[in-house]
Amino acid sequence: MSKWKKTGSAFFLSVLEGISFAQQRFPKPEFETGYVQPSPETPAPRALFLEYLDVGVLFLVLLLASWLIYRKRSRRGILWLSVFSLAYFGFYREGCICAVGSVQNVALSLFRPEYAISLTALAFFLIPLVFTLFHGRTFCAAACPLGAIQDLLVAKPVALAPWVRKPLGLIPHLYLGLAVLFAATGTEFIICRYDPFVGFFRLDARFVMVILGIGFLVLGLFVARPYCRFLCPYGVLLSWMSRFSKRSLSITPAECIDCKLCAKSCPFDAIEKPTNRQAADVKESNAKRFLVYGLLLPVFVAGGCFLGGRAHVFLSKAHPDVRLAELLISQPEVRNDPDNIDVQAFLASGKTMETLIAGALVVRQEFYYGSLILGAFMGLVAGLMLLNQLAFREHTDYEPNKADCFSCGRCMDYCPVGKEVGKTREVGKNPGGWKNPGGLGKPGRCGKPPGFDEYLI
Amino acid sequence: MANNSSCNRRDFLESSIRLTLALAVGGVGGLAISKAATDDWVWQIDPFACTQCGRCADECVLSPSAVKCVHAFDLCGYCDLCGGYFIPGANALNTGAENMLCPTSAIQRKYIEDPYFEYVIDEGLCIGCAKCVKGCSAFGNGSLHLQIKQDLCVNCNECAIARLCPSDAIKRAPASDPYLIKGGFMEN
Repeated sequence: MSKWKKTGSAFFLSVLEGISFAQQRFPKPEFETGYVQPSPETPAPRALFLEYLDVGVLFLVLLLASWLIYRKRSRRGILWLSVFSLAYFGFYREGCICAVGSVQNVALSLFRPEYAISLTALAFFLIPLVFTLFHGRTFCAAACPLGAIQDLLVAKPVALAPWVRKPLGLIPHLYLGLAVLFAATGTEFIICRYDPFVGFFRLDARFVMVILGIGFLVLGLFVARPYCRFLCPYGVLLSWMSRFSKRSLSITPAECIDCKLCAKSCPFDAIEKPTNRQAADVKESNAKRFLVYGLLLPVFVAGGCFLGGRAHVFLSKAHPDVRLAELLISQPEVRNDPDNIDVQAFLASGKTMETLIAGALVVRQEFYYGSLILGAFMGLVAGLMLLNQLAFREHTDYEPNKADCFSCGRCMDYCPVGKEVGKTREVGKNPGGWKNPGGLGKPGRCGKPPGFDEYLI
Repeated sequence: MANNSSCNRRDFLESSIRLTLALAVGGVGGLAISKAATDDWVWQIDPFACTQCGRCADECVLSPSAVKCVHAFDLCGYCDLCGGYFIPGANALNTGAENMLCPTSAIQRKYIEDPYFEYVIDEGLCIGCAKCVKGCSAFGNGSLHLQIKQDLCVNCNECAIARLCPSDAIKRAPASDPYLIKGGFMEN
């Protein structure tokens, strides 16, 4: 150490004259041997035009998917397209950027003045939503690498009863709400952090995430697309869009012959059987229940608000400032713990405890309002889900549930209509129209069965 | 006409909801686009905020980390006794492994002229542990510092290191200006 000090102080004294060299303890030598100083290497990030190319690829994939679903009615095409998306957006782009995570960028951009979303992230958020509003969830079938990796591993899908499926459908809403809350408060991006498949794309992940990813894929052998159906937060937005989409996948190119083949083909339980006309008494009790559930809706929202308000302190602990402030208040002795990096960095930064606590309180206040909104949202979702159980829409054919259908095209593949030997397939006559083609056989939507009006919204 | 009315009503409801949804998407998109950046974001370390805690080596989703030590030669004193190269109280000032601070011997020491030595980082070996950065900042000019190498970084939507950085030294930066290389003291 003495050698240290000697050299150090000698140099230090020589530097003292130039005060502006505050950090330059040892001035740069003047070399006499013609030494050429190298410069640090700064390789450029991925070129911007390549990011825009990704947007272009996404757009083309979605266009192609719509064409395959509505014009070609080709399951095989969709399958290969999803393989391409898995390769491109998954393994080549290593999972980032993706539409699922872009929800958080949008939330962060809307609520944090210091962050401006990049155009590419915004495009990844908007383009699939707009496509879904017009053409159904073709994004899920063909463009999403997370969907593709699960879809390719559907082996022996088990049909789930509605009483299992519907309540589990609440989880994505909660996940979406939490993701927006955490992003809007600048806490973290939970969707990206707990993405179970991104580790496969990067061929590198934490042990826990690898186990989780493998778990999802194994589960996916039997429960098809478990992440898409019971977790994906972006899927919630897509299902809102596709529920009211202008077109949606039609199982049969012409007239349904009620062969029931398609119902078995769908691994996602998204095909609805033809409805039996409800008896009059059922209708009446339904109307009563409709009223009761409708009145319950504000109760659900209020209850959600209450729970949200109660949960905000707990949720706010996810924010690093809140966590640090709480730790320092509850256990002041950690100040002496040299191994606690966060505490030591805070102490070294020279920030006062007051600024830390003030900052943490602001964050907690944001969490309070955010949790109230999240609670109200969850209450509304739960209430509407109950109401939706009663909504009854008469249909005489096997039809995909517009909100749940991923447009994978398996059912189209199974539908025997128009595939009889010797007959030409009438493809494209009624591309994608979900009503019966005009004048064909059965009553379509407009051929009112008696008592139909009462069931409308 | 009466027969069509229900059909029309349903269609009307559906298309009006669709329009509402389209407006909502447009609204959110418009709000976001009003302050959107045409440039992309990358993650950047502010070497002046960095406290060399060592998390860059552990928390990156890549292994080894995309964070590497960068040498700002402009700032280097070319010392024989380098605080970034030798462990404190090193037995001898030579390239013996027992004297080295770097756990992966990623710093190459080269004799230039008496008494100056050049220190070059072998990026392939560097794991971004910041041990040398700590030594250089504590005892030297602070010419060794951490930077995220943009050719290695996969540019996660949220950087796993940034989430845990105790000094908030990792932030988003425009992709057109991705590095914050120390330097410029000589000009000041």
